[in-house]
Amino acid sequence: MSATESYPGELKYHREHDWARIDGEEAVLGITWFAQDALGELVHYEAPEGGAAVTKDQPYGEVESVKAVSDVIAPLSGEVLEVNGKVVDAPETVNEDPYGEGWLVRIRLSDPSEVQSLLDVEAYRQVVAEQ
Amino acid sequence: MSYLSVTEADREAMLAAIGAASVEDLFSDIPPGVRFEGDLALEPALSEQELTAHLESLAAQNVDATREVSFLGAGIYDHYVPAVVDAVLQRGELLTAYTPYQPELSQGILQAIFEYQTVICELTGMDVSNASGYDGTTVAADACYIAKHATGRSKVVVTEATNPQVRQVVKTYAPGFGLEVVEVPHEGGATDPEAVRRAAVDAACVIFQHPNAFGCLEPAPDLAAAANDAEAIAVAHVDPMSLGVLEAPGNYDCGIAIGEGQGAGNYQSFAGPHYGFLAARSEFTRRMPGRIVGETVDAAGERGYVLTLQTREQHIRREKATSNITTNQTLLALAGLVYLSWLGPQSLQEVGETCMSLARYAQDRLTGAGLELAFSERTTFKEFAVRVGRNAKDVIREARAEGIHPGYALGRDYAGLDDAILVSVTERRTTDEIDRLAAVLSR
Repeated sequence: MSATESYPGELKYHREHDWARIDGEEAVLGITWFAQDALGELVHYEAPEGGAAVTKDQPYGEVESVKAVSDVIAPLSGEVLEVNGKVVDAPETVNEDPYGEGWLVRIRLSDPSEVQSLLDVEAYRQVVAEQ
Repeated sequence: MSYLSVTEADREAMLAAIGAASVEDLFSDIPPGVRFEGDLALEPALSEQELTAHLESLAAQNVDATREVSFLGAGIYDHYVPAVVDAVLQRGELLTAYTPYQPELSQGILQAIFEYQTVICELTGMDVSNASGYDGTTVAADACYIAKHATGRSKVVVTEATNPQVRQVVKTYAPGFGLEVVEVPHEGGATDPEAVRRAAVDAACVIFQHPNAFGCLEPAPDLAAAANDAEAIAVAHVDPMSLGVLEAPGNYDCGIAIGEGQGAGNYQSFAGPHYGFLAARSEFTRRMPGRIVGETVDAAGERGYVLTLQTREQHIRREKATSNITTNQTLLALAGLVYLSWLGPQSLQEVGETCMSLARYAQDRLTGAGLELAFSERTTFKEFAVRVGRNAKDVIREARAEGIHPGYALGRDYAGLDDAILVSVTERRTTDEIDRLAAVLSR
């Protein structure tokens, strides 16, 4: 069961359709409703290893649907603290709940000032409207 | 395929449809100054009978292994192709096998590919095979690409005793993949596992050929272990015709098995087109290049076949695809399927044993005639290197004049082996032919 379109106001966004939930020195990352809708039902999540370094604007994993494979772009730089095993086991969780149960990784930020370069929800809605 | 000519009436109907008075009208936009005037300086046309005779006389200048005695191998082998292979391949629905763009309509070809994959997995001891690759060289580059992404490392190790063309193709692809290539020299015709162990540090994979480019058996399980200890993927490049008598790479902990499929079911054909095979452990399935056919059930619960994991192919993933070779070798891979199915494990073993005993006979005859084996302490399968005491190319040229092709001049690729010939002995050779070889080489 797919979620309905939404873009929570408390999240920060990257124009490659990724979101970040900032919590001090840490952040939880995922893909937006728009991204999962464009991909369709996810069948595979190629996750990074725990401890791996992720770099802002660079791919850190892959999500695969029945029709496409897409890189997941890191909105922020840091080190992977945790991978969401539930999405590894059941990738469709991302379609059902992209901002909750369908998160992808939790990272420790290496440069918290990067947060300032991310989009707020209004700016991201503008990106979506232009697609 | 039928040839349909255009009649004058057809031509007039087409011209009328587009509103042109003549064919000449179609070229009226081309300025007269750049147009060729007059007739082309061509010989008068030949009649059909004359043309056939002309082409036959040209074709008769070709020489193949059915007309002269050939001990040439070095990657492409003169194994016998049973009549059943051509009989099956010449069925129209197989002969026109091409990249299936609407694949599930063609259940027959998908089933054939699925069976091919099954045979390759059984042969190599691997979990999953793709639907075949371009040839035995490009699958080595494909293996590097898998290894780079699976390990995140940017170095590949290749043994020097791996076929030179395979190494060359790996080195051609490597810069585009962002990979550095390190070669491990051979020592007396085989590879030292300790040298591989040192080179494998921080390597994505270690590629070795077994039996190697000198025909010698490698300490394959030790080479694989040296790679695995460094967490590099062990990639075995194997001769399918050896796997009736030698252990399957999956049974000595290789991650990927690759090879040239030609020897199993395809003619030498002046070295191409042929097919490569690539099989791997299941953890690499999503990194594998090319098509993979899967078995499933349709809405009515009937068995059916589908192309699976297509999302990683070039028509969807563009520059991030796992492979960008568009050439489809399905027909040649199907020849491999028919051949291997026709033989089965028992006959494949017997062919291997026949090759080995004939090769052993050839070694005995040549050493008995006073020649020296280049790597006499090594065990060989169907090929071996023999020193002829002077420049091998001269010896080969002289023998050819007598209708015997003694083998491949190893000095083309390896230092210190200018006087060595790689002699390949398949089940198609006879003891009489080997006796002739010994007579010619010992002169």
